[in-house]
Amino acid sequence: MKSITRQKPFDEIKEELEGLDRIYIIGCGTCATMTRTGGREEVLDMKDHLQEVGKMVTGWTVIPTACDEMTEVALRENNGAIQNANCILVMSCALGVHKVNSYIDKPVIPALDTLFIGIEDEPGNFHEVCAQCGQCVLGQTAGICPLTACHKGLLNGPCGGTNNGKCEVDKEKDCAWTLIYQRLEAQGRLNLMRKYQPIKNYQVVPRPRVTKIV
Amino acid sequence: MSKLREKLELGEFIVTGEIGPPKGVDLDKCLDEAVALRGHVTAINVTDLQSAVMRIGSLAVSAKLIERGLEPVFQITCRDRNRLALQSDLLSAWALGIENVLCITGDHPILGDHTEAKPVYDLDSVQLLKAASTLNQGHDMSGHELESNPSFFLGAVVTPAAEPLEPQLIKMKKKIEAGARFFQTQAIYEPERFGQFVNQVQEFNVPVIAGIVLLKSAAMAKFMNSNVAGVNVPESIIREMEETAKEDRKKKAVEITARIIRQVKPFCQGIHIMPLGWGEMIPEILKEAEISQDVRSRREEV
Repeated sequence: MKSITRQKPFDEIKEELEGLDRIYIIGCGTCATMTRTGGREEVLDMKDHLQEVGKMVTGWTVIPTACDEMTEVALRENNGAIQNANCILVMSCALGVHKVNSYIDKPVIPALDTLFIGIEDEPGNFHEVCAQCGQCVLGQTAGICPLTACHKGLLNGPCGGTNNGKCEVDKEKDCAWTLIYQRLEAQGRLNLMRKYQPIKNYQVVPRPRVTKIV
Repeated sequence: MSKLREKLELGEFIVTGEIGPPKGVDLDKCLDEAVALRGHVTAINVTDLQSAVMRIGSLAVSAKLIERGLEPVFQITCRDRNRLALQSDLLSAWALGIENVLCITGDHPILGDHTEAKPVYDLDSVQLLKAASTLNQGHDMSGHELESNPSFFLGAVVTPAAEPLEPQLIKMKKKIEAGARFFQTQAIYEPERFGQFVNQVQEFNVPVIAGIVLLKSAAMAKFMNSNVAGVNVPESIIREMEETAKEDRKKKAVEITARIIRQVKPFCQGIHIMPLGWGEMIPEILKEAEISQDVRSRREEV
């Protein structure tokens, strides 16, 4: 599993940093490194960019896993440079931004947009596989999630927009329900597709979602 | 009971038309188009933000048709409303005198003019049909009793030329089980293929109304072939259009459309004409397709 991120346009980052001249940069050694959005190389690039526009970078670090408990330790170790800055620019997914935010009182600015939770099917190619709906239907849909793979999240079969196995939204994209149909047919389980899928409970865990595992 | 329901239940051949509400508040032109169909059609579909383009709603325009003594088929999509709004709009529709409802998924917002909109799809078309059936039975989707209930005549859509077809057939059956009592189809240009489809759904025992879209030009045919799912205009028809001088195109359109209608007529229980602005040609098409007489003979009912 990876948290898939994309770097914000530099102008947007600059705008968020307005009035904040001394910056400490935090990257992440896990997902953001693999997506090449917040690893060592990207952090150093960011440092150069910021210096070019007249910002002072008081220091930087790439935390092994920004959303992990160890983040607190890493921040303590770099306390001097952090104290010297008037804000933290975080180059990780939103999970890391939240984690850093919980330990530091200074403004924490995200440099990345978090797109989705996905997997890498081939190098550099990521796709979303789970919408974290809280009511998994993969057992009935041949392992293809209609909530994520279908643009409309339909539960009872394809819409009229499907054409030769492609989606109305993007002709390059496979229609999720055609894939589900083909796999169920190959497994001899088309009866699952014939079954009425009831309406979804969108409040399995009401937002903001919190749960306690005992 | 709506005329559409009455005629379909009696097994009569019916004709429905369609109007698209405008982007604005002046309904004169759109209602004039509908009024021109009086006597030629049993009911008129009113599209719901067709192609995901923001415009005046199908509920309001359907109610306006009723004011003019015309019978609407209120189209309602799952794209823009969650389950509360869908059920509420259905109740509103009944209170406004609407009985025929066509439940559809709806084109994705990306295809429309508000591409960054949040798509809703809280329900899919099968679930929406079930929700409407539940209202008919006097309950809402949560099982709460209604103080008074509607009695909608519910319809759905199907694409007979879809490839692969079986997923569409599976869904069509689910729609029937969820309460669909009639089907209007995507535009038909291959009567033979449509005949094969009808044979496959014979056992479903539900009226199928063949979709007819007026072909205005060869360019339009080519556009639909590459952009509209489940529409295949054969090369021969495209050539026919191409070889026709511009000033004769309307005549040619009437000829082609009437021919398709004559060919699909034996397979279905009606035709649904989507004139795309050429509504004034419907009477002539029906005449040439030899069905206007049938409809006119029952004119007093319409």
